[in-house]
Amino acid sequence: MVLLITYVFLPLFWLIVNSTKTQASLFSSFGLWFSSEFSLIENITTLFAYDDGIFLRWLSNTALYVVVGAGGATLLATFGGYALAKFDFPGRRWVFILILGSLSIPGTALAVPTFLLFSQMGLTNTPWAVILPSLVSPFGLYLIWIYAAESVPTSLLEAARLDGAKEFRIFFTISSRLLAPGLVTVLLFSIVGTWNNYFLPLIMLNDPKWYPLTVGLNQWNAQSSTVGGEPIYHLVITGSLVAIIPIIAVFLYLQKYWQSGLAAGSVKQ
Amino acid sequence: MSLTKDTETVVGAGFRKSKKSWSGWMFMAPFIVVFALVLLAPILYAVYLSLFETRMIGGSQFVGFDNFLRAFKDAQFWDGVLRILKFFAMQVPIMLGLALAAALAIDSSRLKGKNFFRIGIFVPYAVPAVVATLMWGFMFGDRFGLIGNLNEFFNINIPSLLSANLILLAIANIQIWTFTGYNMLIFYSSLRTIPEELYEAAELDGANQWWIIRSIKLPALRGAMVITTVFSIIGSFQLFNEPNVLKGIVPNSITSYFTPNMYAYNLAFSGQQHNYSATIALIMGVLTMVIAYSVQHFGTRKDER
Repeated sequence: MVLLITYVFLPLFWLIVNSTKTQASLFSSFGLWFSSEFSLIENITTLFAYDDGIFLRWLSNTALYVVVGAGGATLLATFGGYALAKFDFPGRRWVFILILGSLSIPGTALAVPTFLLFSQMGLTNTPWAVILPSLVSPFGLYLIWIYAAESVPTSLLEAARLDGAKEFRIFFTISSRLLAPGLVTVLLFSIVGTWNNYFLPLIMLNDPKWYPLTVGLNQWNAQSSTVGGEPIYHLVITGSLVAIIPIIAVFLYLQKYWQSGLAAGSVKQ
Repeated sequence: MSLTKDTETVVGAGFRKSKKSWSGWMFMAPFIVVFALVLLAPILYAVYLSLFETRMIGGSQFVGFDNFLRAFKDAQFWDGVLRILKFFAMQVPIMLGLALAAALAIDSSRLKGKNFFRIGIFVPYAVPAVVATLMWGFMFGDRFGLIGNLNEFFNINIPSLLSANLILLAIANIQIWTFTGYNMLIFYSSLRTIPEELYEAAELDGANQWWIIRSIKLPALRGAMVITTVFSIIGSFQLFNEPNVLKGIVPNSITSYFTPNMYAYNLAFSGQQHNYSATIALIMGVLTMVIAYSVQHFGTRKDER
C-alpha cells in the first residue's frame, strides 16, 4: 500500500517541485527536489500575464462549462432517473431500452459525427458545442434511477399525492432530499468529467478564446516543440498545477458525500 | 443483460397495479430532448455519412457500403485496432490487479489509515488526462525528466519509454495511474455490501483471512469485476487523449493512426475525409458494444442473466 501511494503521489510531488523552478533551472536541476531559486510566485504572475492573460480566460471558460454542463447534466439525469424509477408513463419501455443501450456507446466514437452534425447546424466554435454534449449523462441517469428505486419509498409519494401535492412540489420538498447522496455522486463525476474534458472541446473549438484549460495547456506545450514557437515549459508546468488545484479541492470536498451513492448504484448487480 | 433484469425487478416493485399517466414525462422530457440531439442524431447522421462519398467532381454521392469495405481492407485502421488490443491486454490486468489488491487491503481490518489510502489512491482520477500525460511525459523525457537524471546519476542507460517501441508502455502507465483508484473504489464499495454475518459465520467455522478472501470476498466481487472490465474495454477503445498529447512531446513516436480514434480524428480534421471518418467511428462504436456486451453476457452467471 505504501508503494502504491508513493507511485500515486510521485507525479503530483514532481509537479509541485517543478512549478517552483525557472525555465533554465528546469533543465539544470534534479527533477525531484527544489532548486536554489524559488520562483513559484514569479511563474504564477507570468502565467496569468502571458499572451494577454489568456490563461485566466481558459480558467473561466472551464468554470463556465463545468457549472452549466455538469450542473445541467446532474439536473437532467436526476429528473430522468427519478421518472424512470417512480412513474409509469407511456413509452417508458422505449426510454428504458434507449438508455441502457446507450450506456455502452463509447462517447468519443460519437465525437466526430457530433462535430460534423454541429458544424452543419452552425454550433461549432461556440460554447454550446461543448456544453450541449456534456448535458447528457446516461450513466448518471442510471445511477439515480437505481438509487431512487431504493431510497424513495413509493408509499411516501402516494401519501403526498393524496394530500393534493403537485408532482414538482413533491419532488422538490421530499424526493430531492432523499436523493441527495446519489445526486452528489452524479455531480462529482460530471464535474470531474467536464473539467477534464479534452477531446470534445479540441474538436469543437477553433478559437483559443473559447478553449478550456486542457486544450489551452496542450496548445502551449505543442508550441514548445514547433519551429519558431517560444518554449514555455515552466508555464505549462505551473499552469498544470493551477488547473488541478480547484478540481482536487472540489473532489476532496464532495468525496465525503458520494460514497453511499456509489455503493447503492454502480455495483449492484 | 443482467443490468436490465435487475433494474426491472427493482423498478417494477415500486409500482402498484400500473396506471399509466403522462406525468412521468414532465421529468423525463428534458433528458430525452437533449439525448436525441447529442446522441441519437449524431448516430443517425454518422450512418447517413457512411453511405456517401464526397468527390472532387460531382459532390456527395451515394456509395452504399464502399466506405465499410474500404475500412475492412485498411491496414492503418487495423494497425490501430491491434495496438489497442495489445494495450488492453497489458494495461487492464495490471490495473485491475492493483485495484483489487488495494480494495482488499483497505477492506481488511488490519490496515491503519484506511481513509487516507482510499482517498489518496483515488485522487489521480480527478487529474485531467492532459495534465497527467504532460507530467508523466516530462518525467519520462530525457531533457529535464527523471529518467535523464537517473541515467546521469548512476551513469546507466535506461531506454526512453517515449521511444516508438516503448511508448505503449508509457501510455499504459498513465492510464494505470489515473484509473486504479476508480476501480479500487468500485471493488471496495461492493465489498462493503457483504453482510457482517457472513464473516461471523466463517470465523465460527474457523476460517482464516485467506479462506475468507477466496470463498466470500472474491465471489462477491464478480459483478464489480464484470463492470470494471466493461468500463476498461470502452476506455481502451476510446484511447485518444494520452497519445494525442504525447504526440506534442515526441512527434516521431506516434503516428496519426496510432489508435482508431486518432485515425478518425485525423481523417476528419487533417484529411477532410468526413464520410470515411464517420465510417471508422461507427465501426469502432459497434465493435466496442459487441465486445462489451459479450463480456457482460459471459461474465455473469447463468442464473443472474
